Amino acid sequence: MTMTMVTITGTIMQREDVMFDDFFLRAIFAGVGLALTTGPLGCFIIWRRMAYFGDTISHSALLGVALSLLFQLNLTLSVFAVAALVSILLLFLQRRQALSADALLGILSHATLAIGLVIVAFMSWVRIDLIAFLFGDILAVSQSDIAVIWGGGIFVLAAIAWLWRPLLASTVNPELAEAEGLRPERAKLLFMLLMAVVIAIAMKIVGILLITALLIIPAATARRFAGTPETMAIFASLLGAVAVVGGLFGSLRYDTPSGPSIVVAALILFIVSLLPLVRRSGTPAAQQRGQSS
Amino acid sequence: MLSSIDSKSRPLVSLHDVGVRRSGRWLVRGVDFSVSRGEIVTLIGPNGSGKSTSAKAAIGVLKPDEGHVDRVADLKVGYVPQKLAIDWTLPLSVQRLMTLTGRLSERELAAALEAVGIAHLAKAEVQHLSGGEFQRALLARAIARKPDLLVLDEPVQGVDFNGEIALYDLIKSIRNSQGCGILLISHDLHVVMAATDTVVCLNGHVCCRGTPQAVSQSPEYVRLFGTRAAQSLAIYSHHHDHTHLPDGRVQHEDGSITDHCHAEDGHHHHEHGDHHHDHDDHDHDHGHHHGHDHAEGGRHV
Repeated sequence: MTMTMVTITGTIMQREDVMFDDFFLRAIFAGVGLALTTGPLGCFIIWRRMAYFGDTISHSALLGVALSLLFQLNLTLSVFAVAALVSILLLFLQRRQALSADALLGILSHATLAIGLVIVAFMSWVRIDLIAFLFGDILAVSQSDIAVIWGGGIFVLAAIAWLWRPLLASTVNPELAEAEGLRPERAKLLFMLLMAVVIAIAMKIVGILLITALLIIPAATARRFAGTPETMAIFASLLGAVAVVGGLFGSLRYDTPSGPSIVVAALILFIVSLLPLVRRSGTPAAQQRGQSS
Repeated sequence: MLSSIDSKSRPLVSLHDVGVRRSGRWLVRGVDFSVSRGEIVTLIGPNGSGKSTSAKAAIGVLKPDEGHVDRVADLKVGYVPQKLAIDWTLPLSVQRLMTLTGRLSERELAAALEAVGIAHLAKAEVQHLSGGEFQRALLARAIARKPDLLVLDEPVQGVDFNGEIALYDLIKSIRNSQGCGILLISHDLHVVMAATDTVVCLNGHVCCRGTPQAVSQSPEYVRLFGTRAAQSLAIYSHHHDHTHLPDGRVQHEDGSITDHCHAEDGHHHHEHGDHHHDHDDHDHDHGHHHGHDHAEGGRHV
């Protein structure tokens, strides 16, 4: 994987020269890799109304950062461990049905964030740059970061493909999925763990804000153009990739911060998708409306 | 009742004294019934009487807190849940809905849609279907996978009267052509009765059971659904909630008034005592006579 990318980087470099700096291409590779991964995950996030869950896991990532500093652990592993733990805790609390999922998420989200910050405050010898974790620095990615993003991304996408049927069926109705021999609870747990994986591998590189934005905005944009769940997932990946490339070029041109520029580019695509002129008669939704009337 | 279970073909699913409890409250208790191949069993009862809960226990979606459920190995279930809200953000055509839990060939898919009369809607998005069309789509999805046991929770909701009769006819013909067992849930009696072999009347417990004719004449049924319902199968009204209890704890309190609802429950000592034996006797009556009668007719054909 890394090998091919390096050669591709090399060839493009020779052809294009000055404007494309090495760091810029690395940023594009990293961002596109992440966007391709978050597309299908993001579709499930909005289908299942789990947007707040994504936020919560991201916030818990800061607790992971604090713990990794405190115990001198690998950052990615410790972020994953905390995110996974929070997911499992959430599933467990949800099953008791004492509080709504929404309220539970609010509690977990702010509790993990606050505990993380308190722990950091106790470690007077450490100074962490919160802004860096929120917004990341996609222009600073190394080749090994790219390898992690693409390796992890391919793993996550393969897992989603494998879980597709039970996940989709339980999105429609978990009891139906269970009655007909699928295992919705297991699929849900694995899905949450995959979310934890994505946030862990990408947080250091692109920041929390960018991950959650790339989960939700391209998927919401894709809805307008998609006729099946599968095409929506693919469109979400592609739209995310377009937003990454567009945002990075924008940030180069207007000298704006790269992470937020990507989010803005994704937002622009979303707004464009809402415009009436995009709703041609050819879109699946419009066709059916015509048919059924 | 038990004698029918011992007959040559094992029932697809049978519940033995099943109770399901949530947050300290029994949703149902002492539920006994079975569904065999080629049999249509209907669970009737008022809202909150535990019909859906019993059906979910039968197919293993809910684990019973007491009693046990026997299912034949590798039972293939087709399920139409009572409530199914599909988020607008999920683009789902009828065609795609059909293969939600398993693969289908083009032919199987088309045949199922044809059978329920919505072949022309194959490409429509489910969010744009009317209530009746959506129910048909769900039914098509459930039968397309050729289940051993079809579980239909209020399959005619949102369907007009003529459509309702047509759907029940369809359900009957599915049973005849596929030979599957069907567990039907309904709170409207008049039409469902005609398409049913066995009726199990629930109200937190099994009130009475038997052939539709027998059930409609049983005192429990009359008490539960009102005299008018008993006089004419075509009229149905909901009187019984108030008969038993005015407050929200219907099932729980109700549980106490029959033999199936255990005295050690400790919830109910008042005013039900008298009914108790009454109920007991009748339940026996119907269980043995009509249930059995029916079993002979329905199952050994």
